[in-house]
Amino acid sequence: MTLAQSINGWLRRVPAWTLYVVFALWGGWYFYLALTRSTGIWTNQVQGLEHVVGLLALKILIAILAITPIRTYTGINLVKFRRALGVSAFFLVLYHFLVWWFLDVQTLGRVVADIIKRPYITIGMGALVLLLPLAVTSNNLSIRKLGPLAWRRLHWLTYPAVLLAAVHFVWLRKGWQLEPLTYLAIIVALLLLRVKWRRLALALPGLSRG
Amino acid sequence: MRQPWKNDMNWSDVTPKAAWLNRRQLIAGGAAAVAAGPAWAKLDYKTSALSTDETPNTLEEITTYNNYYEFGTRKSDPAANAHTLKTDPWSVEIAGLVDKPGTYDLAELMTGLPLEERIYRFRCVEAWSMVIPWIGFELGKLLEKVGTQPGAKFLRMETVVRPEEMVGQRSRILDWPYVEGLRLDEAMHPLTIMATGLYGEELPNQNGAPIRLVVPWKYGFKSIKSVVKIELVAEQPVNTWQAINAREYGFYSNVNPEVDHPRWSQASERRIGGGLFAKRIDTQMFNGYGDQVASLYDGMDLTKNY
Repeated sequence: MTLAQSINGWLRRVPAWTLYVVFALWGGWYFYLALTRSTGIWTNQVQGLEHVVGLLALKILIAILAITPIRTYTGINLVKFRRALGVSAFFLVLYHFLVWWFLDVQTLGRVVADIIKRPYITIGMGALVLLLPLAVTSNNLSIRKLGPLAWRRLHWLTYPAVLLAAVHFVWLRKGWQLEPLTYLAIIVALLLLRVKWRRLALALPGLSRG
Repeated sequence: MRQPWKNDMNWSDVTPKAAWLNRRQLIAGGAAAVAAGPAWAKLDYKTSALSTDETPNTLEEITTYNNYYEFGTRKSDPAANAHTLKTDPWSVEIAGLVDKPGTYDLAELMTGLPLEERIYRFRCVEAWSMVIPWIGFELGKLLEKVGTQPGAKFLRMETVVRPEEMVGQRSRILDWPYVEGLRLDEAMHPLTIMATGLYGEELPNQNGAPIRLVVPWKYGFKSIKSVVKIELVAEQPVNTWQAINAREYGFYSNVNPEVDHPRWSQASERRIGGGLFAKRIDTQMFNGYGDQVASLYDGMDLTKNY
């Protein structure tokens, strides 16, 4: 048995729902830190919470993009965790948004004004809006109702959503900073991997006909 | 260049020895540090009527949440990385349209300039704020001492460039050295100080040791840290953030709740130290120093000169 096969065998025994527990506790832990800490990033507790929650969501979204290449290149199959990761990422993005609304800017007027006037917030909001239908249709009933093809097409919205989230991160910093640009670069690389495969898939039947 | 009132003193000669031992050494030193007595790191200063009576932020807040890109872009980076900067000896070049140009040792530069505590509101362009008990001297008094020439209209300052001691300078996040500037009348204003201390002690490295500018009615990035050059010039200098993005950061950068930063509102701010559920507070025109400084900008369109 190969290493990938034994890892896959071990993963089969881990139920996907454990991820919901992990990320719920993780998000709760961040809230606890924001309540109780007052140094470093927690000197500004609200901004600290906003940042760590947003970053965790972005990391999960990157993990989702990595699942297919990991399977292609290593044979390790994480596909069964994709839904739990996607739904967790959505709830963390929602958490990030609610912290921004209720603890940071605090009034609906400021929320609306910022979404309209400030492109980096508009973009972040765009990512949340794109993730909304994905979260709503993350169940077997929706797959049946939409049909697998339409459901898959709908869930391609993940790609622009992740890209918008990364641009949101780059844009909210002062100047061009290495940390958010690194996230953006990883995301672009993971998306480019897919583009290449699509082109190959389209080109191959053409070649066989020729 | 002429070097007036040169003496043999070093910055260390006017500094209590314990003050230039860093805190970590003091803690590690334990009993030895205690034996050094209660006066070890205290600077000699007077209080000032220009101080606010608002409660200052804690030393921990002021020294662990910093924007000082020379040591990294995260708020916690300066506290972690700034210890590598050697601030003694330190010299400051006074150049340009002055009567007594030259490179001065810091102690020499400060001779005859009385230290005062100035408790000022500090408003970052990122819409957070603190109250900080600086120790420093009026920049205007330094400028009187070196003598400004009639053609001098602006002042240009530079931060030290030492990539080997300042880890953030090894990448080109900003175009080093960091540059800031003031109009001469702003520089001469009694509220404008060069700070060398904080909470009665020498300035910690992450706050811009050994000497930094503090202009309380302007956004924090105007208050340039670890200054090595002060030049009097005829033309308005281009400050670092203006050079990077002139649409977002101007030369004046006066705190102004009516002129938003393109990416966020400046109408309100978060006062550090209030905890997770604190209400935002309204930002004041000129950060609340309008009575003293508004007249400097009479007749100017502050939406254009942001």
